[in-house]
Amino acid sequence: MSQLIVKTMADFMAEGKQPEILFWVGSAGSYDDRAKKITRAFVKILNKAQVDFAVLGTEESCTGDVAKRAGNEFLFQMQAMMNIEVLNGYEVKRIVTACPHSYNTLKNEYPSLGGNYHVQHHTEYIEELLQNGRLKLESSSKLNGKRVTFHDPCYLGRANEVFEVPRNLLKTLGVDLKEMKRNRRTALCCGAGGAQMFKEPEKGDKDINVLRTEDALETQPEIIATGCPYCNTMMTDGVKSKEKENSIQVLDVAELIANSQDL
Amino acid sequence: MNYLPNILFALSLILGIGYFAKNVKKLLRNIRLGHDVDVSDQKPQRWRNMMRIALGQSKMVNRPIAGFLHIIVYAGFIIINIEVLEIIIDGLFGTHRIMSGLGSFYGFLIGSFEVLALLVFVSVIIFWIRRNVIKLQRFWKPEMKGWPKNDGNFILYFEMVLMTLFLVMNATDVHFQEMNSGNIISQMIAPWIEGLSVGTLHTIERAAWWLHILGILVFLNYLYFSKHLHILLAFPNTYYGRVTPKGQFNNLEAVTNEVKMMMDPNVDPFAAPAEGAEATVPAKFGASDVMDLNWVQLLNAYTCTECGRCTSECPANQTGKKLSPRKIMMDTRDRLEEVGKNIDANKGEFKDDGKQLLGDYITNEELWACTTCNACVEACPVSIDPLSIIMEMRRYLVMEQSAAPMELNNMMTNIENNGAPWPYNQMDRLNWVNE
Repeated sequence: MSQLIVKTMADFMAEGKQPEILFWVGSAGSYDDRAKKITRAFVKILNKAQVDFAVLGTEESCTGDVAKRAGNEFLFQMQAMMNIEVLNGYEVKRIVTACPHSYNTLKNEYPSLGGNYHVQHHTEYIEELLQNGRLKLESSSKLNGKRVTFHDPCYLGRANEVFEVPRNLLKTLGVDLKEMKRNRRTALCCGAGGAQMFKEPEKGDKDINVLRTEDALETQPEIIATGCPYCNTMMTDGVKSKEKENSIQVLDVAELIANSQDL
Repeated sequence: MNYLPNILFALSLILGIGYFAKNVKKLLRNIRLGHDVDVSDQKPQRWRNMMRIALGQSKMVNRPIAGFLHIIVYAGFIIINIEVLEIIIDGLFGTHRIMSGLGSFYGFLIGSFEVLALLVFVSVIIFWIRRNVIKLQRFWKPEMKGWPKNDGNFILYFEMVLMTLFLVMNATDVHFQEMNSGNIISQMIAPWIEGLSVGTLHTIERAAWWLHILGILVFLNYLYFSKHLHILLAFPNTYYGRVTPKGQFNNLEAVTNEVKMMMDPNVDPFAAPAEGAEATVPAKFGASDVMDLNWVQLLNAYTCTECGRCTSECPANQTGKKLSPRKIMMDTRDRLEEVGKNIDANKGEFKDDGKQLLGDYITNEELWACTTCNACVEACPVSIDPLSIIMEMRRYLVMEQSAAPMELNNMMTNIENNGAPWPYNQMDRLNWVNE
């Protein structure tokens, strides 16, 4: 396995330098086995484009998004203020994250608590790298013509109206992008938002991730792409419940890019 | 001269408008029971939203069939009401079709009203069929039993009757038919009334005229008791609706102050309040009743016309959970009405009735089923935000009652202890680099 080049903010500080961006890994991206693969894929892309980026490492703490949405405003603001103290201490200006929940909270809910940063979702940053010519995608036969459907994460799509960026990236890879009947503004949630990730669902007649997986299966995809570690878990579980895990992969847009470039 | 009809007309007008005004006052009083909220920002954007979403019906057409039919009824409502102006002048001054002096333009006006009236009639019939024959799922959810179901149908019957009266009034107006200008639809009714004497026709015409205007006044007063208030409130509601990204939830200021104190090493937590400082009542976190919500949320509740688009898009509802965003809005309004009646009965003071929105109307099970996905907010054609009410109530459950589901308490303990929702060591945050 290729060695990743990852420096912390503390490393940069010791060298007396500032990174171009701070990569906010997030709790899922740091600890969840599946999400860690997304983190590594994104870092491979950053390394390939020779981006001078930093992570907070052990100084990073949960953004508090999940506590806020569970109703615990105290815990959220405690987390937010601690993080803001660290971020402002390092004079961070730009943050990129692969988690739409962190993205939304950092971008929209931190400013009024004193944390003002230019926040981007990793797909937005990758698109920027492509546009600047810092990242070039070699044409690859790996994904060419593959049937891919994109599941919109609620906190990227409806919540922040980023609909086209991840789709544009997928199209750059030459995949055959098939839309589900509910997409973009009317996309169905995967079922994990609002702290649902951490609890059993209320009594009902179906799980939300299974319903969303059915939407995806209607497009007969080879790959279900998404841009959120929680969505990834939910859709993966959904595919398993339909016993399709051998024929359908659930992958993050960053993973698709990294795979296509043999990174 | 006999002034009796004029006097009767003026009296009905005063009564009809007066009673409505009285209820509007009550409505405003109830809405003001909510907390204040600053909505003075982004005025140009707010005007644009109102023009586009309420006046322009931009979100209605996301569902093309209902949207198209609704635009007909909406346009009919606004345009045909120009005719009411003439009716009022005629009624007050004993004139007959005072504007007919406009000649062919008058014919053009009445002609378009007649065409619209027919279109409205047909659309309303289709609406009725969708509700009662096709039985669209969203009109048959548990919260749509009883009054809400009848209310929906009554409104449709009202509109059918009013449109019919308008056309009958025109058809039996001998003078108007003789003008033969603008009677595009009403002349088709003529064969059915052939052979009736001029006197009978006149009686029918007068009866239809009176029933039409009285019907409009009754309908106006029906609004306050009905979900149909949206025809008025959609405008302020879209103006005051959200202008920030949907993902952005407000940060509670009361909490910010306390957290800042906790994190400030110079604050003495046991310090007595400064001399002369008013004893501050600790803020209540979140909402357990309608008075804890803000007034825009209460305006939302009165604006809701129970179309159910929110509920039909809600992932929890679609998978059989109890949560229905529409029910959240209906419950909020029902409780607000109850509080309002309580205030009326107790000389302007609210007397504790041992009830509240949380528990007596909305259950914890509903609140915890929400994924905060914003599908309901996106779906609403008049910018209602059921999610913000759900969030306020969750805040109350967690911060005032420590009543979160156990798994969520575990998750929150993990964040407190290790800075992650999972029980992993913060020192392991960078392990992914070498795995």
